[in-house]
Amino acid sequence: MNAPLLEVQQVSRSFGDVRALDGVSLTIAENEFFALLGPSGCGKTTLLRSIAGFEHPDGGAVLLGGSDLLALPPNKRPVNLMFQSYALFPHLSVAANIGYGLKREKLPKAEIAQRVDEVLETVGLTAMAKRRPAQLSGGQRQRVALARAIVKRPRLLLLDEPLSALDRKVRAEMQLELKRLQHEVGITFVVVTHDQEEAMSMADRIAVLAGGRVQQVATPLELYRNPANLFVADFIGTSNLLPGPSAGQHLVVRPEDVRLVAPGAGRLDGTVADTQFQGGTSTVAVDVPGQAKPFLVTEHGATEAVRGTPVGLAWQHEVAVGEGLA
Amino acid sequence: MTSTKQHGGLARPSLGARLRRGVEPAVLLGPGLLFYAALVAAPVLLVTGYMFARRGRFGGVEWELSLDNFSRVTDSVYLEVFRESLGLAFVATLLALLIGYPTAYAIAKLPPRWRTVALVLVVVPFWTNFLIRVYAWIVLLNSQGLLNDLLVGIGVTDDRFTLLYTPGAVVVGLVYSYLPLMILPLYAAIEKVDEDLLEASADLGAGRVRTFLGVQLPLTMPGVVTGSILVFVPSLGNFVVPELLGGGKTVMVGNLIRDQFLKAQDWPFGSVLAMIVVVLLVLLFLGQAWVTRRVEGPARG
Ligand SMILES: Nc1ncnc2c1ncn2[C@@H]1O[C@H](COP(=O)(O)OP(=O)(O)O)[C@@H](O)[C@H]1O
Ligand SMILES: [Mg+2]
Repeated sequence: MNAPLLEVQQVSRSFGDVRALDGVSLTIAENEFFALLGPSGCGKTTLLRSIAGFEHPDGGAVLLGGSDLLALPPNKRPVNLMFQSYALFPHLSVAANIGYGLKREKLPKAEIAQRVDEVLETVGLTAMAKRRPAQLSGGQRQRVALARAIVKRPRLLLLDEPLSALDRKVRAEMQLELKRLQHEVGITFVVVTHDQEEAMSMADRIAVLAGGRVQQVATPLELYRNPANLFVADFIGTSNLLPGPSAGQHLVVRPEDVRLVAPGAGRLDGTVADTQFQGGTSTVAVDVPGQAKPFLVTEHGATEAVRGTPVGLAWQHEVAVGEGLA
Repeated sequence: MTSTKQHGGLARPSLGARLRRGVEPAVLLGPGLLFYAALVAAPVLLVTGYMFARRGRFGGVEWELSLDNFSRVTDSVYLEVFRESLGLAFVATLLALLIGYPTAYAIAKLPPRWRTVALVLVVVPFWTNFLIRVYAWIVLLNSQGLLNDLLVGIGVTDDRFTLLYTPGAVVVGLVYSYLPLMILPLYAAIEKVDEDLLEASADLGAGRVRTFLGVQLPLTMPGVVTGSILVFVPSLGNFVVPELLGGGKTVMVGNLIRDQFLKAQDWPFGSVLAMIVVVLLVLLFLGQAWVTRRVEGPARG
């Protein structure tokens, strides 16, 4: 990991009775693509707005490159926020929207024009420079908002659900695009999302938030292989849950870690309830006596399991987790 | 064959439906159109006709083609009245804008419940008779009035000021009378501005002043223009305020026009004066439409 760029220390923020952030601590490294993942209402926007300066934490500290960020007003922070609503200025052209922040830095006109041209090129909107935001598609607006933020070359770029307004197909393209851009411009990205697949496919590391608390911070693989608690195990990917070795604990078994074996040869026995062929893989659902939900098994290619036949279930990798979410 | 026609979803609408579709707008628009035809279009046509006629001896007109009325307007006496009217209406509008913008802004930022209360309070003065409200200012402004009592009382001055019967008093009266017409459209415009846009401006490095000038003001420009026109237009044509608070010393276009019709009995000249004001107003409204389109519509070039 590179040197730490942003340190969030024990940040809390309440709105009346709602604890939107409850002692959140995070360290984000230089040049990292970091994702804040969690269900709606878990405090993701509040955290981003606290870093950008539009929300004032009740307690805690935020350091950028070692110096106090909370003491600065939003317009003095070397941080930019890409709003969930994009917040493009409707009365300005695309080029003027992008140049707005550079003008505030009192840069020479020629340099502003050149940097705007460059970033328009980067996001592929050169032809749209003179249009107004209202004349653009959702995907184009998103790219203008992104261009407007990265043209400032901030040390840290915060993106609040940057892709949520786009339809599925454009979204998948933009995920790759964002990742490419982050490499290209070399800015640290913190992306908020409630979509676990999105976070997994883009981020170097992910912080899972729930109820205003950090549940786990880890790489996508680590989150998947070693979830810290039941909430993370359930939120990320598909898991089979079994009673754990001690009270209040659960065993998490991922479907692709399980093999179908002869009855009695595995750790559990059951009956095949259903099979689904998905092309590259098949999913087999096995009813296990005493279990409310069927046990899911992923097999490569087409499965040989037949509905109604008894099978055994064997696996090596499993994780014991606590409840989490105190 | 015939039955498919009747049941088909794409069959042409019945004659009755088509007839109704044509008649309905006519019925709905009818009363309004009639009203405008009788009370706006007819008088405007009449006044347009008067402009080219000669004055009758005891009011009314002699239908004899004449262009004298137009050349009279350029007389320096009348030009002076226009100049002063435009000046006073302009100052009144500017003051109303300077007072109205912060007021409307403050109202728009109130919690929703209090917003309604504040808006009602802004409109309440309109429920009182206009003349009575203007008379009240005489009580406040005259040399034995409350304002002078206050100034002497707190020791600002020993001499009493001449406040009443000055152009300043006229401006105060106009601003007071039409301020709600400034506040309401400004409020509507300010309330529409998305808070995210102001935050985005700050995020990109703009201070408060820059955000106001670069985002808030341009986005509320339609409200500024509408409010300004709504204050400027009745101010320009007003003749009650100049008469009561200006003491007849300040003559505005409104007074001049009224005098041509009711005192000098010169209807044709009054018509020309009135038409000049009307043309001015039409130009103002075209300007307003242009500004609104520029802010809300697509960019050109
Ligand atoms: N300005 C506010 N006033 C009152 N409650 C708020 C405000 N902002 C956020 N909240 C509450 O704080 C919690 C976290 O909100 P938010 O940070 O927007 O969540 P997320 O972005 O993860 O969906 C929610 O319960 C929300 O209702
Ligand atoms: Mg949010």
